[in-house]
Amino acid sequence: MMIVDALSWVLLVGGSLLCVVGGLGLLRLPDVYTRAHAAGINDTLGSWAILLGLMLQAGLGLVTVKLAMIGLFMALVGPVSSHALLKAAYAHGVRVQSSDEEPADVD
Amino acid sequence: MPRILSSLLVLVVAWGLWSGHGEPLIVGFGALSCLAVFGISRRMDRVVGEQPLDYGLALRSLGYLPWLLLQIVKSNLDVARLIVGSAPTVHSHLIRVQADQATELGRVIYANSITLTPGTITLDLRGQDLLVHALTRSAAEGVQEGEMGRRVSRLEGQG
Amino acid sequence: MFTAALIGILVTMCLALVRGGLGPTVFDRILAVNAMGTQTVLLIAVAGFWSGRPEWLDLALVYALVNFVGTIAVLKYTRFGSLGEDHTRAQP
Repeated sequence: MMIVDALSWVLLVGGSLLCVVGGLGLLRLPDVYTRAHAAGINDTLGSWAILLGLMLQAGLGLVTVKLAMIGLFMALVGPVSSHALLKAAYAHGVRVQSSDEEPADVD
Repeated sequence: MPRILSSLLVLVVAWGLWSGHGEPLIVGFGALSCLAVFGISRRMDRVVGEQPLDYGLALRSLGYLPWLLLQIVKSNLDVARLIVGSAPTVHSHLIRVQADQATELGRVIYANSITLTPGTITLDLRGQDLLVHALTRSAAEGVQEGEMGRRVSRLEGQG
Repeated sequence: MFTAALIGILVTMCLALVRGGLGPTVFDRILAVNAMGTQTVLLIAVAGFWSGRPEWLDLALVYALVNFVGTIAVLKYTRFGSLGEDHTRAQP
């Protein structure tokens, strides 16, 4: 029981640290495209670590199933919204800074 | 018929897990909402066309998902290290990647896997061409090397 | 210890809020709103455990759904200038 508890604390604290790092990235990185990668940290490992930590606290049961479904939903939806966001930005003509090549337009 | 049964089964199980109630009235509401969602998803099938049902894909994904999870963890740590570094040295650029999966579903899985790993985001999928934005040079090389593409092809069952 | 996670999440929300206020383009702001939404889902989940009421998870899932639909709706609006028209027919 001690080990499970300790593991869940590590996951909770590590996940929230990753989230803070992602938020820091939102501020520090130079343009929309790079910032979307930072938000990707929050969407994937940051939130999964926190949800996993909560699962270990909850033990087997309906609560754990609900947490798993939230994690699954985030995994399915995160890439879709960041893809839609960057595609809209690209179609709108936001430039990619320091790009080597400029492929044809996206409509 | 297997299609109708499996989607109804998924809806009923999802409803049961979320509610956890057993009273007749509430179960009746649950059955009604399952039927409503089922009707809406049938209507969506008419809009986007019926997708083929593939149970083998679900089995094969058991081999793919752990690998994908490992990649996600690795690239997450890479991007996190980049952000907290003294001066973020990003090399933000666009690359073209060939998605040679046979089916549309395979290409969508590939594009979504690329986006799911931080450091690379798919901007556009047109035919077999993927337009990918990469945060660093090493992230771009990781995609161009094509390991993920091969694994998705194998997942599809054609590779 | 739940408190530590809550503080981390709240700090992240503040950072995202600052980005939303600064954000040069409208897409930066949408990204900030989306990140805030993700953090809100986590905040509700952790706060539920913190106060001993895990039933709040239902709210967290609903918030995740609303966040996704909201982001897509706003993006569609910035792209086409409307939400309800039939865009499939306009494209050749």
